[in-house]
Amino acid sequence: MNCRAEVLEVSVEGRQVEEAMLAVLHTVLLHRSTGKFHYKKEGTYSIGTVGTQDVDCDFIDFAYVRVSSEELDRALRKAVGEFKDALRGSGSDGMGQISLEFYQKKKSRWPFSDECIPWELWTIKVNVVNLANEQERQICREKVGEKLCEKIINIVEVMNRHEYLPKMPTQSEVDNVFDTSLKDVQPYLYKISYQITDSLGTSVTTTMRRLIKDTLAL
Amino acid sequence: MDTDLSSQDRKDLDKFIKFFALKTVQVIVQARLGEKICTRSSSSPTGSDWFNLAIKDIPEVTHEAKKALAGQLPAVGRSMCVEISLKTSEGDSMELEIWCLEMNEKCDKEIKVSYTVYNRLSLLLKSLLAITRVTPAYRLSRKQGHEYVILYRIYFGEVQLSGLGEGFQTVRVGTVGTPVGTITLSCAYRINLAFMSTRQFERTPPIMGIIIDHFVDRPYPSSSPMHPCNYRAGEDNGAVYPSVEDSQEVCTTSFSTSPPSQLSSSRLSYQPAALGVGSADMGYPVLFAGGLHAAHPHQLIGPGKEGGVPPIPSQPAHGTQADQERMCTPLDGVHYSAATPSSSEDTETVSNSSEGKCGSPHDLLETIFVRKVGAFVNKPINQVTMANLDIPFAMFAPKNVELEDNDPMVNPPDSPETESPLQGSLHSEGSSGSSTGNTHDDFVMIDFKPAFSKDDILPMDLGTFYREFQNPPQLSSLSIDIGAQSMAEDLDSLPEKLAVHEKNVKEFDAFVETLQ
Repeated sequence: MNCRAEVLEVSVEGRQVEEAMLAVLHTVLLHRSTGKFHYKKEGTYSIGTVGTQDVDCDFIDFAYVRVSSEELDRALRKAVGEFKDALRGSGSDGMGQISLEFYQKKKSRWPFSDECIPWELWTIKVNVVNLANEQERQICREKVGEKLCEKIINIVEVMNRHEYLPKMPTQSEVDNVFDTSLKDVQPYLYKISYQITDSLGTSVTTTMRRLIKDTLAL
Repeated sequence: MDTDLSSQDRKDLDKFIKFFALKTVQVIVQARLGEKICTRSSSSPTGSDWFNLAIKDIPEVTHEAKKALAGQLPAVGRSMCVEISLKTSEGDSMELEIWCLEMNEKCDKEIKVSYTVYNRLSLLLKSLLAITRVTPAYRLSRKQGHEYVILYRIYFGEVQLSGLGEGFQTVRVGTVGTPVGTITLSCAYRINLAFMSTRQFERTPPIMGIIIDHFVDRPYPSSSPMHPCNYRAGEDNGAVYPSVEDSQEVCTTSFSTSPPSQLSSSRLSYQPAALGVGSADMGYPVLFAGGLHAAHPHQLIGPGKEGGVPPIPSQPAHGTQADQERMCTPLDGVHYSAATPSSSEDTETVSNSSEGKCGSPHDLLETIFVRKVGAFVNKPINQVTMANLDIPFAMFAPKNVELEDNDPMVNPPDSPETESPLQGSLHSEGSSGSSTGNTHDDFVMIDFKPAFSKDDILPMDLGTFYREFQNPPQLSSLSIDIGAQSMAEDLDSLPEKLAVHEKNVKEFDAFVETLQ
């Protein structure tokens, strides 16, 4: 099956990286999370409730909605924090990208490890700019806020095309489709990775980290 | 058509669309209340959360939405619209957004109602949550308070976009295909936030959007009247809402899983239950504008935001029609028990900022009309006669110039040591010795004699020295004759120099390499 890929690009100031990434990732995950499944007999299941909350950005004139789940928020913040630190690191020209990939697991027989088949990939390309004075920073606050509004509209447009989504799994297969480790919500299985573009402009994967939600690698 | 859809599916679909419409209205209105919304996720289904989303129901909003729908559902040509507008404390109002829930004829016969349609409606609600924070009205609504409030109006029928001004933009939230048509949710929003107000300078100028005549220094600016909103004439509302008879229906959803090859749709079970929407809940404060006609917009009191009863805006100029307008102000705390502390802090900051704004306009008002006299504006002065006197500033002693009398720079106190000699250069205008002050209004010719400037050895004053310094004689080496001589010598010596340089070529090359 083909993996649906979407690319978003943003230019932000250094201190805006974290909030901008969180805004985009949370908006995607809002659409890709359901309530917890509770399987009952006879093959039926019921779905828990997803709460939402507003988040105001400190460095951007922007607000977004995220799923009310502290565990999910922590996981995203950790990934974005590492990305931000890598962007600041040496050898980086302030350009990089962070990717959110939704995948399904396909069980393989022993001794082969399970296969991860991506079905949707969101890539956010980031360009960090340096600003000289406070006036430019103020303009940047507003401009980045407007850009993020456009990105949210783009994301929503993609989501509402109602393209491929994994079929609702049986109880035995739910872990192949959803991340069931969180206690209050259930996002589709996802992983976040990032890469930093070095100063020569080539997309060298100098730092590649994968935060893998399941650890069945043999 | 209907024969393809089982009656149970049809009933389910109608139910989904009805509650989707009600939840849509709730999301939109709650997003314009001006405060951060926070609801909790729950791993166990509560049975009352439609579309598996925790969206609280504000009873007044539900009531209004049901009234507007009047038992109908969105259909082709019959759209449900939520109009968001802004109203200033002086009665000016402006439409900001129209959210439309429409149905078109494009049917998707194959789609499963109780599973796919339901989940897609849930997704659409999530998209609505995201998009409501992205339009310009969100930021305006977060700053509402004393200067302006945000109102909503629900109507059913034809979409009316004329109040949005020119060049309004539309954003499509999403679509969901169903066997009876395709549901579309979209928003048209105003981008031109400038408007001419009828304010007068005695009142606080409204602080929102861009006011075209904000910086005009006229006491009574000309203005054009606001474009009136079309309000639906409505019946008189009682002071308390009647308890909702067809109270919110509880939805217990269960889905069945199936092997990928088969899909059987499950049945939704719902039990109409009279929730605690009795008189106890109806006790939430719904305040009418005191003394005004019942057609005036309703207002909900909220905690903390404005420290009590919000100010009632004056009756609008077109007040006979304002029935369906409702104000989005924070609700009574009962309905927002899940609000986190951070959101209440934000409420504080928002109200503080609006307080701050409220305080400043009066100061602003004063500065517009007070014009300071410029520091160097001189009144017309009489001719000043110059005199060479030994004592500093003696020429100013018998004078009839009022301004210079008071100016300590020109007529200093009795300790002239503090004066700097440079003041002379500031005032003098290039004449030495005697000069007649000219009668030009802005300039006074002064032959300034700074303290201790008199020198017996070199009888020259500072001004003269300065002028000579400005025009020094040309350097002798730069004069043409001498220049020509040296040029000839240079040319002669060139071959020798070149020979020397050629000998040192290697050194030069090594030096150049170090630079690379």
